[in-house]
Amino acid sequence: MSTKRLLDADPSGTIEHDHNNDGIDRRGFLKCMAWAGTGALCVLKGGVLTSRALPSPPGRGTKSLDRGELSFVQISDSHMGFNKPANPDVIATLKAAVDKINALPEPPAFLLHTGDISHLSKPEEFDNVDQILKVTNKEIFFVPGEHDVLNDEGATFRERYAKSSKGQGWQSFDKNGVHFVGLVNVMNLKAGGLGTLGNEQLEWLEDDVRHLKSSTPIVVFAHIPLWTVYPDWGWGTEDSAQALSYLKRFGSVTVLNGHIHQIMQKVEGNVTFHTACSTAFPQPAPGAAEGPGPMKVPADQLRKVLGITDVNYMRGHHALALVDSSLTQTI
Amino acid sequence: MTKRNSIVSTLVLILPLGLIAFLMLQAMQAHSEETKNKPTEVRVDNFTFGPDTLTVPANTTVTWVNKDDIPHTVASADGVFKSKALDTDDKYSYTFTKAGTYSYFCSIHPKMVGKIVVQ
Repeated sequence: MSTKRLLDADPSGTIEHDHNNDGIDRRGFLKCMAWAGTGALCVLKGGVLTSRALPSPPGRGTKSLDRGELSFVQISDSHMGFNKPANPDVIATLKAAVDKINALPEPPAFLLHTGDISHLSKPEEFDNVDQILKVTNKEIFFVPGEHDVLNDEGATFRERYAKSSKGQGWQSFDKNGVHFVGLVNVMNLKAGGLGTLGNEQLEWLEDDVRHLKSSTPIVVFAHIPLWTVYPDWGWGTEDSAQALSYLKRFGSVTVLNGHIHQIMQKVEGNVTFHTACSTAFPQPAPGAAEGPGPMKVPADQLRKVLGITDVNYMRGHHALALVDSSLTQTI
Repeated sequence: MTKRNSIVSTLVLILPLGLIAFLMLQAMQAHSEETKNKPTEVRVDNFTFGPDTLTVPANTTVTWVNKDDIPHTVASADGVFKSKALDTDDKYSYTFTKAGTYSYFCSIHPKMVGKIVVQ
């Protein structure tokens, strides 16, 4: 899609179609998602979309972007140790993601990894990921995926990646006035159930945000989506509504998840939910296959369906700007 | 019809029928060998346990085999048994000594559920 065409499309950014009466311009979102990865910036504010195209080739000091105070990158689902046909070389694709991060016009302040770092919770798998991510030379915050806590209730994960965390690995920290909360929803999973946060974590969360001003931007990151994407495949969290109720008063909440190995986005009031691509293998769209397992694509298409998410907080804008780009993108 | 002709006619009818019956039997046996589970085996594939309900006599050892391209576990809903993570082609066995119904699931993908009924 050319830059000109992007800018032509709905420059006013108002809600065109509100069929479900929930303030979500779904057609606008579909447009936005089609732009994702082409280097367009979609800024969401209470259901209103505005878009700006990044200049091509990307360079520093991109004024049209008006980048503000904080920029970070989310990566997810590296599944180190996976070696089946869907991607026989997850090391190479993770390295490609790192190259991409290192080539970003605006270097990220840090990285978030939303889990399934390893495929089988093996020490050598964690070691490999650590070695590869070291090349970014950035601080990295991790939350575990279900593949990271297979053998020891997450003890290895916490020891390696969440030393200062509470309980089963949840944590919070602040960067440039933005409050980050890392949640764990892959432990104590019950038969037939979805992801779960548990009472101890929920109580901690309520307390953690209690004294923050409502104008503080919040970023929550957790492995399994905190909204119900597709319950038949376990793509949801049973008690996320409780967690979100503690965040209702905040003007800007961004929820970053992984687990489903594809980009999905939803806005509900002041909350933007977003899932990232995997750096290892894609998974089918909800219901599009028998099960949610690794999806094979032709080898030359693989890097188009893997990727990273670049996140920017611009002071004065309530919503964070999320830019997904695949491993084949030059940005 | 002469007696000879009637014998020939009968044979002409019976022989091909017999042959067909024989061939069908062979085909059925071959087919059922390919597709039937061993009676004490559960095949894990495509995020499902197959069969999802297996009935066995007491003192049977049930074996789960993971044929999926993603790891799974076998975890009793009541904490009676739990496998470690099974990668493709890994197996897990448990011997059921007491009668009862044992619900289990995959602790990595909890939507996957199954039952062993021990009689």
